[in-house]
Amino acid sequence: MNIKYLTNGFFKENPIFKLVLGMCPALAVTTAALNGLGMGLSTTAVLICSNVVISLLRKVIPDEIRIPAFIVVIASFVTIVGMVMEAYTPALFATLGIYIPLIVVNCIIMGRAEAFAFNNGVLDSFLDGLGMGLGFTLALTVVGAIREILGSGSIFGISLFGASFEPALIFIMPPGAFLTFGLIMALLNKFEKNRQNKAKLKSASEKDSKANADAAVQEQTGGEAA
Amino acid sequence: MKIFTILVAGIFVNNYLLSRFLGICSFLGVSKKLDTSIGMSAAVVFVMTLASAITYVVQYAILNPLGLQYLQTIAFIVVIASLVQLVEMFIKKTSPSLYMALGVYLPLITTNCAVLGVTILNIQSGYTFIESVVSGAAGALGYSLAIILFAAIRERQELNDTPDVLEGFPTALISASLMAIAFLGFSGMI
Repeated sequence: MNIKYLTNGFFKENPIFKLVLGMCPALAVTTAALNGLGMGLSTTAVLICSNVVISLLRKVIPDEIRIPAFIVVIASFVTIVGMVMEAYTPALFATLGIYIPLIVVNCIIMGRAEAFAFNNGVLDSFLDGLGMGLGFTLALTVVGAIREILGSGSIFGISLFGASFEPALIFIMPPGAFLTFGLIMALLNKFEKNRQNKAKLKSASEKDSKANADAAVQEQTGGEAA
Repeated sequence: MKIFTILVAGIFVNNYLLSRFLGICSFLGVSKKLDTSIGMSAAVVFVMTLASAITYVVQYAILNPLGLQYLQTIAFIVVIASLVQLVEMFIKKTSPSLYMALGVYLPLITTNCAVLGVTILNIQSGYTFIESVVSGAAGALGYSLAIILFAAIRERQELNDTPDVLEGFPTALISASLMAIAFLGFSGMI
């Protein structure tokens, strides 16, 4: 058991912002924070179950037909999750609509099955599924919240600014999804760059002082030789 | 008339990439070069039209009479996966040049959510056989239109000087956003 597999998915390998996998549902359903959360949690459920089952079956499934086998396992769990949602959260099921069956072709689930669950133990696969799923949920909820605040002036359905607020409708329409994602990714790139620059600066200054010292030594020895 | 409406809706108004967000992975993944995006489009047109026809038959000849509607997702994804495999073998045999051109894009289509999305939407909208096929073809043409335009835009962007932090995905996403705004203009047509 390795706790690193759990936390990997949150930031360092966030499926949406870092690996850029599973963009279709992420763009489509994030018109409100609640939808993002619902989609994230249902994907997490499928991801955990499929990771565990595929990890259990990894010695049984022949290498050549692993892709069809993965698809059937994933599709079964998607069907189950869809039925459960239809029974207990019919409103959310209606809002997410076509995107529930489409969890089958979400690249994250297939990607984790192929890259992780097929080569790792059950417990690690479970943690990986949980971490990746929560990272996905986090990303979707954040994007959903931003779009909901800007596009309809509310969060989780609670109005924030009162009746006089004129929401920027474009953010809950398709173009807003692309725009929000693009800007968030740019922002994350900026943070990354800043951190790298700082690290570089630090190592550079260390190198600089070392080089200076070397030069001084050389000057000295050179002077002596002259 | 209804067929014409489906055609226009599929290509422009409900464009699968820009207003329904289906197939975004390939939209961002294979749109760096114009040639590859044309290859991908050809493969999608082929598979999406065929998949619409076959899943219609599967739904109304097998699943409905047996009362197995809840197996729709599993049945359709298996149909699409085997269809892609079959098409690959068929093209390889009959037209090696086309096979070379489509190359790696054929297997990628299995996980293209636009294909599964079209087939499920066809059934949900209660289309007839002809309407399903037209809807599949229209969806594929709309996909091709968007991805080819987008690839042409990205090819030009390569030469531009963009700020460091916006390079790569952010630029692509913001361009896609502007394209989606343009496609919003079609929404009043129907």
